[in-house]
Amino acid sequence: MPDARPDAFRTRWLPRRVALLALVVAWMALLLLIPLGSLAVGVVQFGPLAVLRQIGEAGGWPALGRTVVVAIASVVLNGVFGVAGAIYLVRHRFWGRRLLDMLVDLPLAVSPVMTGLAFILVFGRGGLAEPLLEALGWKITFAMPSLVLATVFVTLPFVLREVSHVLVELGIDEEAAAATLGASASQTFWRITVPNIRHGLTYGSTLTLARALGEFGAVLVVGGAIKGRTDTATTFIFTAVDERHEPAAYGMALILAALSMAFLVLLERLKKRRTREA
Amino acid sequence: MAGLVRAVRQAPGGISPAVLRPGPLGVVGRGLFASWLSVLVAIPLVVLAWHGLRGGPEGVVHALRLPYAWEALTLTIWTSAVTAVLNAIMGTATAWVLVRYRFPGRALLSMLVDLPLAIPTLVAGLMIVNLFGPQTPVGAWFKGLGLPIAFAVPGIVLALLFINLPFVVRSVEPVLLDLDPAEEEAAVTLGARTWTTLRRILLPPLAPAIAGGTLQGFARALAEFGSIVVVSGNIPGKTLTSPVFIYGEVEAGRADVAAAVSVVLLAIAIGLQPAVRWLNRLAGARHA
Repeated sequence: MPDARPDAFRTRWLPRRVALLALVVAWMALLLLIPLGSLAVGVVQFGPLAVLRQIGEAGGWPALGRTVVVAIASVVLNGVFGVAGAIYLVRHRFWGRRLLDMLVDLPLAVSPVMTGLAFILVFGRGGLAEPLLEALGWKITFAMPSLVLATVFVTLPFVLREVSHVLVELGIDEEAAAATLGASASQTFWRITVPNIRHGLTYGSTLTLARALGEFGAVLVVGGAIKGRTDTATTFIFTAVDERHEPAAYGMALILAALSMAFLVLLERLKKRRTREA
Repeated sequence: MAGLVRAVRQAPGGISPAVLRPGPLGVVGRGLFASWLSVLVAIPLVVLAWHGLRGGPEGVVHALRLPYAWEALTLTIWTSAVTAVLNAIMGTATAWVLVRYRFPGRALLSMLVDLPLAIPTLVAGLMIVNLFGPQTPVGAWFKGLGLPIAFAVPGIVLALLFINLPFVVRSVEPVLLDLDPAEEEAAVTLGARTWTTLRRILLPPLAPAIAGGTLQGFARALAEFGSIVVVSGNIPGKTLTSPVFIYGEVEAGRADVAAAVSVVLLAIAIGLQPAVRWLNRLAGARHA
């Protein structure tokens, strides 16, 4: 954050400024820090080893593994389509571009439960795509593919939007120069565009990963949280709460919280690196 | 966009850059990208809307007249509105403190603001239940006061405040950063009182950013499921929100009712989008 404020705003701690700061800190503590801390304390009280064992007994590790696989698949798919889509939407002009541009933001406005329902209506039993899927012998809902589809949907905008911002700011001078000097389209892409969007891509991918690990509503509806087949880290927590396996639920919740904290620190670092380069 | 147009005009010797004339690969790629978005976003949402509207407007009205559907919708809307407004106030204060004050721990506070975006909302809900649940000392104390938090409306409000927290802060921060404190100083020097300075000098440039962030938070709250489903206890007619109602209908095999209620929420969410875009553009133009 650039620091262009005069000294008066930095150093003079008038009572009302102290009061405002205290209010904000108290607000954040009440909403974020105290609940997070109490979750950690809860797990410590259960005994970390006992918690780990109970997660194992309830089948938590395969669920966590499934979440990781789904998250990685989402990053790869959204990485490829996000970069390509950003280039098409920013650099190309074609009929229907604005419509596609609007579609990209739509997933953020839709409740995850509705996402799940929409996918069931298309890919599920009696759905629109049923004849096609049956002919191909594919099973999507209540199986792994639906988990990937739903997660890709909810994380769709992140890479694309991050890369778009970079492309817009970059302008086309460098790409045009390369093209003028006789570079082919693929040379321009790999030598000019990719190095330039690198940080945007990393940032967007990290956002995607963080969001994918925590996706719940959509994967619950399309996957059905079938134990050992379609349960993920989050639906595991949901089932564990339901079955009163509190230690397992709290343990898995703390693991996910710790992972998201790690991503947060990583994102902050990436943000700093990006502003330094800009 | 403007940058692109300028760059094309400034291209030396009138050479139009090759990037603007896609080869066959570009055209195929665009087609693939369009199909990807259609299969993933457009078709499912159109099918959802079609299912919801199949019974005509009467179908939607019928679904909303089902037991607890209407209560769920009003509960969802008012809790989302209240938490969005609360976060508008606290979010603006937070952005102010982050931009204008220098204090130890500022970087940490700034990072914490993003925490709700990173933490799974189900985990957020669990944290609230763990702290305020009826079996905990804090929860029992509040219950003794006649104000139970978990499995009651205050729990919903708390969960929505949590997931809403970043929006206003992050929309106001960049505008505030570009605001020249000289104007405020001038106002104060000329004898304006704090309230007058706030209303006349600070609020006008910040208003679009505050409104945009608030609407975004409101839309996000309308859709919230993960934290609510564990926090609210889902008592029909009392603490059951619309997304949870939809989930229940899907589980019960009544996809059509679920789709009809979804259409209502979807219409509100999509209807808010142009306003959010417009306010963001307004806020962006202010600080560009």
